Amino acid sequence: MSVHDFPIRQAALPVLSNNKVNEEYRQLILRAPSELMARCRPGQFFHLLCPTTSESAPFLRRPMSIYAALADREELHFLYKVTGLGTGTLARLQTGDVMDVLGPLGNGFTLADDWRNLLLVARGVGLATLAPLAHAAKDSGRRLTAICSARHADVLMSVQMFEGLGADVITVTDQDGTSTPDALRPVIDNLVAQGRVDAMFTCGSNRLLKLCQQVSADHGIPGEVALEQQMACGIGMCQCCVRSFRKPGGIVQLRVCAEGPVFDMAEAMGA
Amino acid sequence: MADLTTKLGSLTLQSPIMPASGTFTDELAQVFDLGLIGAHVTKTITAETRGGNPTPRVCEVAGGMLNSIGIPSKGVDYFVDHVIPIYRQWDAPLVVSISAGTADDFARLCARVSQPGVAAIEVNISCPNIEEDGKAFAMRPETTIRAMEALRAASDLPLWAKLSPNTGQTVEVAQAAEAAGADALVVANTLLAMAIDVDSRKPRLGNLMGGLSGPSLKPITLRMAYQAARSVSIPVIGCGGISTLQDVLEYLIAGAAAVQVGTASFREPAIMPRLIEELAAWMDAQGIASLPELIGSVRDDEASDAMIYAEAAP
Ligand SMILES: Cc1cc2nc3c(=O)[nH]c(=O)nc-3n(C[C@H](O)[C@H](O)[C@H](O)COP(=O)(O)OP(=O)(O)OC[C@H]3O[C@@H](n4cnc5c(N)ncnc54)[C@H](O)[C@@H]3O)c2cc1C
Ligand SMILES: Cc1cc2nc3c(=O)[nH]c(=O)nc-3n(C[C@H](O)[C@H](O)[C@H](O)COP(=O)(O)O)c2cc1C
Ligand code: FES
Repeated sequence: MSVHDFPIRQAALPVLSNNKVNEEYRQLILRAPSELMARCRPGQFFHLLCPTTSESAPFLRRPMSIYAALADREELHFLYKVTGLGTGTLARLQTGDVMDVLGPLGNGFTLADDWRNLLLVARGVGLATLAPLAHAAKDSGRRLTAICSARHADVLMSVQMFEGLGADVITVTDQDGTSTPDALRPVIDNLVAQGRVDAMFTCGSNRLLKLCQQVSADHGIPGEVALEQQMACGIGMCQCCVRSFRKPGGIVQLRVCAEGPVFDMAEAMGA
Repeated sequence: MADLTTKLGSLTLQSPIMPASGTFTDELAQVFDLGLIGAHVTKTITAETRGGNPTPRVCEVAGGMLNSIGIPSKGVDYFVDHVIPIYRQWDAPLVVSISAGTADDFARLCARVSQPGVAAIEVNISCPNIEEDGKAFAMRPETTIRAMEALRAASDLPLWAKLSPNTGQTVEVAQAAEAAGADALVVANTLLAMAIDVDSRKPRLGNLMGGLSGPSLKPITLRMAYQAARSVSIPVIGCGGISTLQDVLEYLIAGAAAVQVGTASFREPAIMPRLIEELAAWMDAQGIASLPELIGSVRDDEASDAMIYAEAAP
């Protein structure tokens, strides 16, 4: 049997580029086999073995959403924020270096046939996770509205990418006071009234998750959320990545890596 | 090609490399053919359903990690009905790890999991996260004997006692387990440890303390495996910090008849089949035909028993 017969693969992929997107975020582009990229689904992630430097040796892998998996161009993209040890050494990668990745991992988003009008509500790095949905929406002829939220305008990302894929984009920021749940609620209600929300997808903020859950409950609109939790194995073996979920029989703990990272919005609970 | 089979009492494994409890599930079959490894060892289960510890459940430290997963368990009935059958698709022997708070509960659980399809039972008398007067059975020879005797009476399957590096009485506990009827020793579990975030001044694990595993644990558990192998006549299975062929060889030379790989699978999920290939290639290159030539071949002739059985650094 060859490695190709197994759904999850550990691969050493060459770095094509690793450039700053703005003051906080970087985009890492790896050369990846098209056969592997063709198997990636929106919402799935890879587990990255961050490089070791003389001062920093991240021991565990770091989970990172697929920002784009382009089979035709043989490219795997990640969009990440430098927050600590692992993402710090990631930021040092240069063209020609080799990056060890494990994946694709986890369960992606659902796109039910009758979800013709999609609403994405993304905050910060949650954009990276939701971005592949825009490609999928375009490919399947669905209408997409994206609400992109950030602290200030300089760190708003992916707006042009969404627009390029035919999405309607609404940008909101903390700076101009448009990003609070109170300010957003009428915006979303208005979209619902226009028939532009058959399903909602969110990632990157507890506050936005709560808001989406309320909208979902009030209007009977289904939705999904991509959640984060610290991971060791990333494939379901260690049980370190559990979070709590509301199920009909009571509260249960599920593994974000194996049962998620995408979950039914109504069942998710705050961190 | 070198012969990699190894004998653990009545059980023969096709290779000496298997996973460590709590770091393996059948989900690893998404990465490689689980038929390639010597045995399958399940996460410790308890009789009752349990929730496990608060998050964060892991953190990294230099050369390894700490975990305080606890023993989240769906209970023994779920395990017998839903988990054991999954492993029927592979020929590799299934080893079930169990834990309980009292010797009697241990024995009952042991009898319950002594099922067709189970080749051996690993008794986790060492888990640092489970309290028994705040101490695990494997801390002291007396409590080890009490638990192992109850377990022995409850099952005819091979019993592997998993020792703890938290004891100061490695040799006494190893001999106690043997005397009470253990068929093999697994040496060892994680070492109780701690890490603190200096900015928040909070412990980095939700449970405050947890078990150290990974490369930084290896010198300690290797020393224990050596001491255990020298002091009992049942097989010793080495465990702790294995991530390279060199590590595997050290344990075998120290006297282990097989080894378990844990944390290293988190960084490299297909590490077990790689180590098996590397071991076979190394033995071929060295002209070593089979494992018994290697196991326990450590050159310690000059050392006195007093040195070998010491519990304090010289
Ligand atoms: C499924 C999934 C997808 C993700 N996708 C992205 C993405 O596309 N872009 C992005 O910038 N970030 C993403 N994250 C968050 C990213 O994994 C963390 O920012 C990263 O692990 C931080 O590592 P560090 O060493 O730099 O930080 P440190 O704070 O030094 O990390 C210490 C430990 O905590 C863990 N940790 C810290 N923050 C998080 C977090 N938010 N989620 C999970 N583990 C964390 C680390 O993995 C590490 O084990 C994702 C997380 C998950 C679970
Ligand atoms: C996440 C995690 C969970 C573990 N769970 C168990 C367990 O349930 N039962 C047990 O006997 N050992 C458990 N262990 C200990 C391992 O089986 C092993 O003894 C230890 O990790 C040392 O080996 P390593 O350094 O190769 O990981 C666990 C270890 C880790 C890292
Ligand atoms: S990270 Fe190991 S089970 Fe999810």
